[in-house]
Amino acid sequence: IVLKILPNLGLGDRIPSHQELERMEKEEAGDRPKWDNKTQYMLTCVGFCVGLGNVWRFPYLCQSHGGGAFMIPFLILLVLEGIPLLHLEFAIGQRLRSGSVGVWTAINPYLTGVGIASLLVSFLVGMYYNTIIAWVMWYFFNSFQNPLPWSQCPVNANLTDLVSECTRSSPVDYFWYRDTLNTSTSIGDSGGLQWWMVLCLLCAWLLLYVCCLRGIATTGKAVYVTSTLPYVVLTIFLIRGLTLKGSLDGIKFLFTPDLNELMNPSTWLDAGAQVFYSFSLAFGGLISFSSYNSVHNNCEQDAVIISIINGFTSVYSATVIYSIIGFRATERFDDCLEGNILALLNAFNLAEGSIKEGNYAESLQNLNGTFPETIQSLDLKTCDLQTFLSQGVEGTGLAFIVFTEAITKMPVSPLWSILFFIMLFCLGLSTMFGSIEGTVVPLQDLNIFPKRWPKEAITGIVCLVSFVIALIFAQSSGNYWLALFDSFAGSIPLLVIAFCEMIAVVYIYGIDRFNKDIEFMIGHKPNLFWQVTWRFVSPLIVLVIFVFYFVTKVSSNVTYIAWNPSSEDFPTLEVLEYPAWIYVIIFILAGVPSLVVPGTAIFKLIRRCCSNKNVYGAEVDTVSAKVQMFTTKMS
Amino acid sequence: MISYVFWGSLALSGIKEGMLVWILFLLCQVGAPALAQDLCQRDAPNGYKVRISLKTALGEDAYEWNQSEMFFFQATMAFAMRRHFQMETYNVDNIILCVQTSRVSFWFVVTSPDNTTMLIPKADVEKAVRMSRHRINNAFLLSDRTLEFLGIYPTLAAPVNPDTPPWLIVFGVVIGAVCVGIIALLISSLLQKRRKEKGMTEDGQDEEDMQVKGVENGINLDGTYNRGFTDDDRFTKL
Repeated sequence: IVLKILPNLGLGDRIPSHQELERMEKEEAGDRPKWDNKTQYMLTCVGFCVGLGNVWRFPYLCQSHGGGAFMIPFLILLVLEGIPLLHLEFAIGQRLRSGSVGVWTAINPYLTGVGIASLLVSFLVGMYYNTIIAWVMWYFFNSFQNPLPWSQCPVNANLTDLVSECTRSSPVDYFWYRDTLNTSTSIGDSGGLQWWMVLCLLCAWLLLYVCCLRGIATTGKAVYVTSTLPYVVLTIFLIRGLTLKGSLDGIKFLFTPDLNELMNPSTWLDAGAQVFYSFSLAFGGLISFSSYNSVHNNCEQDAVIISIINGFTSVYSATVIYSIIGFRATERFDDCLEGNILALLNAFNLAEGSIKEGNYAESLQNLNGTFPETIQSLDLKTCDLQTFLSQGVEGTGLAFIVFTEAITKMPVSPLWSILFFIMLFCLGLSTMFGSIEGTVVPLQDLNIFPKRWPKEAITGIVCLVSFVIALIFAQSSGNYWLALFDSFAGSIPLLVIAFCEMIAVVYIYGIDRFNKDIEFMIGHKPNLFWQVTWRFVSPLIVLVIFVFYFVTKVSSNVTYIAWNPSSEDFPTLEVLEYPAWIYVIIFILAGVPSLVVPGTAIFKLIRRCCSNKNVYGAEVDTVSAKVQMFTTKMS
Repeated sequence: MISYVFWGSLALSGIKEGMLVWILFLLCQVGAPALAQDLCQRDAPNGYKVRISLKTALGEDAYEWNQSEMFFFQATMAFAMRRHFQMETYNVDNIILCVQTSRVSFWFVVTSPDNTTMLIPKADVEKAVRMSRHRINNAFLLSDRTLEFLGIYPTLAAPVNPDTPPWLIVFGVVIGAVCVGIIALLISSLLQKRRKEKGMTEDGQDEEDMQVKGVENGINLDGTYNRGFTDDDRFTKL
């Protein structure tokens, strides 16, 4: 059953025909930028897709949802959701030769809202993502000293003892929450700007600006480093990790399958969400990048290759991360056991070496039998390797607390720290290129800025405005704001946009026309797999994920976790509820981009009714569309 | 020495008194260590417990802890006391050790050189140990952690505060390079644009002539030259 295609007048006037595309291809007379070679394009797309999420979200999901068994839903949804959506974005960008606003406006002027929503999401996500890069840079700058500043607690002001906040938690926690963030106790308590964070933020935005200055002319060169270096570093860490004690325990723990988790619907939901966000879909950046390709580029092959690379990178980095986590867990376990053994030796004045790891349990039992009160008073800790391994941490906690702690235990720590943070920096920066592309190109298409302004100026303004707004994240409460942005700006709107994209291409643009376009571009019609996934399967999956996400977020009490040294459970993070005024911010972050999609359509409808102008005819507001009109007029 | 006393006391007084003196003397000789034992005991009010972890500190190279090492400890402590008080001459006899265990741990007290029954107060002993802690540690090839005086906390090393924090230096280098990069790229864009504009105004005239002349100069022009695209910089627009 094929849904009747919605009426779409004047489509032929808004988009270049196949003959026009051929001619543009031959003459090379378009003023769109072009990729220097296919490698640049592939590396840019891989860099955009492969980001921090592959390193710190996927391993956590994998381990917490049944280890090796998680691969099954992940791979299934990769094939059913990720690859089709990716192919769709590549194909439509390559065909209509425009950024996100241009593409959706060309399909139907009432769909401009989808492009604007992509613009808003790219802008908001770019702001907080670059702040994470600023944090990575701060750690990178601090890695050039031995011993590393997060390896030991600092001494307090009168040199009598170590700082209590540090001794109660840990040096890595203290360095992250106090020295780096100087975090306040709640999101309402702003605490002022932290000057060192402002400097790092400035550095991050300036570095991004220098790479994105001229669009793909500069980013195309930068990606040779930023997209390849992470793989090199991951391999180095894998080799280093495998030579450390306990690494194989970590890898075994990661991949041990628990097939019961497959019955749990949240496993499938998390897998679907991870595939979706991991591909950086609906940002508009991929459409833009693909539009700089030649018309006959094989986008189907590209989509499959990039999906495979993305999936492989997730699994590879999970292996590396968990080999290091296994090492850290083993170290912690050994320290815990050593502490207990020392306590026993000291209490009973036994000779050193009389209790070892091997006979610990036995000796403890004997002593407990004879002196139970003494054993009680010692308050021995329970040391369990599995507990340490399953201290599943994700996100910033993994990178800045768990991994940094593991690094301090390795010999030549500064070197590993520098390598690790360079890798995170490259992963983040290459994703930011796509974000900036998804922000700047729609702004140009919407003619927000005068046309004679060069791209350097527009990119500069975008970076400057983002930097100024991102100063929110440089406050004491910045960490909480970032978590807020991460939960709301980068989740629901993307699902809405992706769903609208698929409906727009399949039912408004027309799947038959789309099939013919692809046949024109790559030489053969897309096969049954693509037809089924584009028409039903992928939109359905995205819709299901969206509904569940929305329902979960709306029904649950929205809380956040805060670092409060004076709380009772310190160092466990305190769970706080958001104040009432935060809900306004949440609405701005999640609601506005989503509502822009129908909102723009209604706005245009009202404008059309009021002014009685023909929306479909002459009113094309994209630069590239104007070029195509120009070329048709020339012939 | 005892024989001299014996014969001396016998000579000085009658045999009976001599025996009494002799018995008293013997008691003193036996009693003195007993008295010392009373001074030094577990949880003595003026004593400290020492705990030594040789295997943790030295691993394979750990030496055996025996009576000679105990004597060495007494000598080191006597040195520490001398160093602190400076006037008084402490001796190894002034350091009394007891309650040795196989851990290795033991208790010690310090007696005054003038009066062997009087103990030096805890606070003074602590001051002496703190002053010479480094020397004591090094004498035994141990550290603050492996040679513990329970109750005397090691003084923390003063933090090294460099004038400029190291991270600021790296930051300066990176931001300097980035600013240079930005300025270089912007200037090169500007120059490129200016060059194109200059080239345009010069070629503009020639192009018109070429169009009119057509193939005259041997240059084959494919179709008409589309000047609509000439003033677009390929790389910066769109």
